Amino acid sequence: MSTAVMERSESLVMEENQTVKVQSQMEIKREEKASKITVKDLNLFYGEKQALYGVSLNIREKEVTALIGPSGCGKSTFLRTLNRMNDLIDGVKITGDIMIDRENVYKNNDVIKLRTKVGMVFQKPNLFPMSIYDNVAYGPRMQGIKNKKELNQIVEESLKGAAIWDEVKDRLKSSALGLSGGQQQRVCIARAIAMKPDVILMDEPTSALDPISTLKVEELITNMKKDYTIVIVTHNMQQAARISDKTAFFLNGEVVEFDDTDTIFSTPSDQRTEDYVTGRFG
Amino acid sequence: MRQLKDYVLRGLLWLSVLLSVAVLVMIVGYIFVKGMNLISFEFIFGDYSPTGGGGIWPMIVTTIYTIIISLVIATPIGILAALYLQEYAKQGRLVKLIRFATESLTGIPSIIYGLFGAVFFVTTLKMGMSIIAASLTLTIIVLPVIIRTTEEALKTVPQSYREGSLALGTTKLQTLYKVILPSAMPGILSGIILSIGRIVGESAAIFLTAGTVAALPESLFSSARTLTVHSYLVTQESGDIELAAAVGIVLIVIILGINISATLISKKLNKATNK
Amino acid sequence: MSIQTNSVEIGKANKRKYFLEKVSSRVFLICALLSVISLLLIIGFVFYKGSHPFLVEGYSFIDFIFGTDWVPSEDKFGIFPMIVASIFATIGALIIGVPVGLFTAIFLAEIASKRLAKIISPAIQLLAGIPSVLYGVFGLAIIVPFLQNTFGLAKGQSLLAVILVLAIMMLPTIVTVAETAIRAVPNTYREGSLALGVSQIGTIFKVVVPAAKSGIMTAIVLGLGRAIGETMAVILVAGNSLIVPTSLTDSVRPLTTNIALEMGYAAGTHQEMLFATGIVLFSFILILNFVLAKISAKGGN
Repeated sequence: MSTAVMERSESLVMEENQTVKVQSQMEIKREEKASKITVKDLNLFYGEKQALYGVSLNIREKEVTALIGPSGCGKSTFLRTLNRMNDLIDGVKITGDIMIDRENVYKNNDVIKLRTKVGMVFQKPNLFPMSIYDNVAYGPRMQGIKNKKELNQIVEESLKGAAIWDEVKDRLKSSALGLSGGQQQRVCIARAIAMKPDVILMDEPTSALDPISTLKVEELITNMKKDYTIVIVTHNMQQAARISDKTAFFLNGEVVEFDDTDTIFSTPSDQRTEDYVTGRFG
Repeated sequence: MRQLKDYVLRGLLWLSVLLSVAVLVMIVGYIFVKGMNLISFEFIFGDYSPTGGGGIWPMIVTTIYTIIISLVIATPIGILAALYLQEYAKQGRLVKLIRFATESLTGIPSIIYGLFGAVFFVTTLKMGMSIIAASLTLTIIVLPVIIRTTEEALKTVPQSYREGSLALGTTKLQTLYKVILPSAMPGILSGIILSIGRIVGESAAIFLTAGTVAALPESLFSSARTLTVHSYLVTQESGDIELAAAVGIVLIVIILGINISATLISKKLNKATNK
Repeated sequence: MSIQTNSVEIGKANKRKYFLEKVSSRVFLICALLSVISLLLIIGFVFYKGSHPFLVEGYSFIDFIFGTDWVPSEDKFGIFPMIVASIFATIGALIIGVPVGLFTAIFLAEIASKRLAKIISPAIQLLAGIPSVLYGVFGLAIIVPFLQNTFGLAKGQSLLAVILVLAIMMLPTIVTVAETAIRAVPNTYREGSLALGVSQIGTIFKVVVPAAKSGIMTAIVLGLGRAIGETMAVILVAGNSLIVPTSLTDSVRPLTTNIALEMGYAAGTHQEMLFATGIVLFSFILILNFVLAKISAKGGN
């Protein structure tokens, strides 16, 4: 009995010590630039096959971080670890840490909370077979928001935030699948914004779009930077150069180089990065 | 020589198709010609009379009861089971076992279902020969049909819907209810309609579990006869082919209606997915 | 501050969601397991009832299978005549039904014009759904008198009548499934063969049909399943005599028929023997399915 009490009090003391430590760390980090996502030594396995090797990245708040690299290099896989979409696949194993706002994504079991905080836009527009309004209101409704006025407001703000409001405001009740591909993708972005996330992940969001729609989406991403932390996977190096602040170059499941976008595209320190960005392979 | 062989085979192909069509046309034609005279409002909606000249309303009611009860039980169970297999289960031994069981159930002849129903529902659970015992037996018969068609329907729902919904911080349950099931609905519906066909056409299992009482059922625990059993009994007991054929017309019309609605629904499904 | 209190509330709401998630997945699992439970119950009850006479009451299983007398009132339970009748009826139906059904399917898929196929195929599909009792009614009204007159029989209800009714009954199933399988064969196969100067008929039988083999096997298995388990239609045309059939015109009583005819009044050992008949029927189907699965697996390799 008494030993149990002792142990408990000891562990309490330990916890206190830890919180003190964490707080001091927090203060140190605040003095630097605010870091939103910290990835440390992340390994990912599909069954026996390893797809990510010791990935470590520091993604800062309200910046656009681009992930580039040839197909199959693990950039999409990495992106999907940030909102735990890889959980949907059987047999995926992960080691290492991902901290978002100093919360360990894989130790905290509240996936719902994580995914409301970290939104995602996919490669192909994947609107549901419902009206435009219902698509955008879908997430908030699932969070239990029923008030019509509130929903109307969220839908309007989100569509405005995704720069598509003017194009669809007169047909909110018609099927979302009747829109063009570029419009659909912007509604997908609006659907993600409607959750009021901090972070938005984009998995090659323009790869299925024509050049004009692509330009619109890129413009939108640049504007969204002031409100959201954006991580974008792209095949298109010009796109990465145009819209991102930081760029990570992935090759065979590793991060070869991670630096300011300008540096990556002008004076990369790794030969492989230079070969890739100058188009020698990939 | 080779040409001769070709001619012979071609001839056999024609002969086969003519034979098949002829026989099948003959069956339907015979039943309509033989039974048409009896078909009347009175016949369909009139009460049964053992002395002849009565209607088949009690059998229609019994058939409807068996359809409703077995579907009310089998549909939710079948859909949830399919959801488990398609959306929740990880591939492994358990899933293999469940699939094996479902497939095996499909292959069991209805007379064995009848035996089982007679000993389990009628005797062991003391339901007696009754509509409820027959309906529960039918539930097991159509369960695999509903599971399989629902699974097929779920497979047609694009994976991107699931990802899109889950990425918005919804639970699997919300995703299923709001996105997946509505998209799979036409396929599920046509599965349910197919099951109706199976129930309407069933005879041996019902014969052993519902009995043969030819009266409007007083309760679900009454013994009663369905249309198929009626058709069988009037042929077997009194050799009244005309009456059996008239019941046959009603059955064929029901099956025709079921087939047409299933086709319409699957057409709608194709349109929806092509969009 | 307000953000923090908010997140606590969401946490609570999420807890409920996770709970629901867990509960629902369990409920789904239970539903899925119901088919396993049903199968176990069916096998359990039928086998328990059917094995009782042999395990407890001291009846000989060998006598049951090979005995030729079935006289429940005298405690004689031999089902040899029924086994023979079932086997003959099934084989006979296959011999007639499979070639006709298969050739019809080939015709519809390969030779018939689109318009013709579009009329015939749905009609045959519809016939697959017609209650089997009606086939029996037709058999009794048309086939039985026809046999009676043609062969000068005292009674037209016979093994041959059963075979014909079953063959007709399995036709729509075989045609529908086999046609789908044949249509699924890629056009490149046909073109490849025709380009080599092989005739259309040659191409069909040498290339297309072998390519659709597994689907055709499925068609046969399904047709067979329908024939072997059929009960009520068979009762109407079988005659139901308890003799080992020696000719096509003998009156017969297949296994299924025996169960349906006597279940209504059987009690005690008699009833248990009907369950034993069910076991034999069950094993019969399992063996046939197994054999056919083996054959089609071999063909697949």
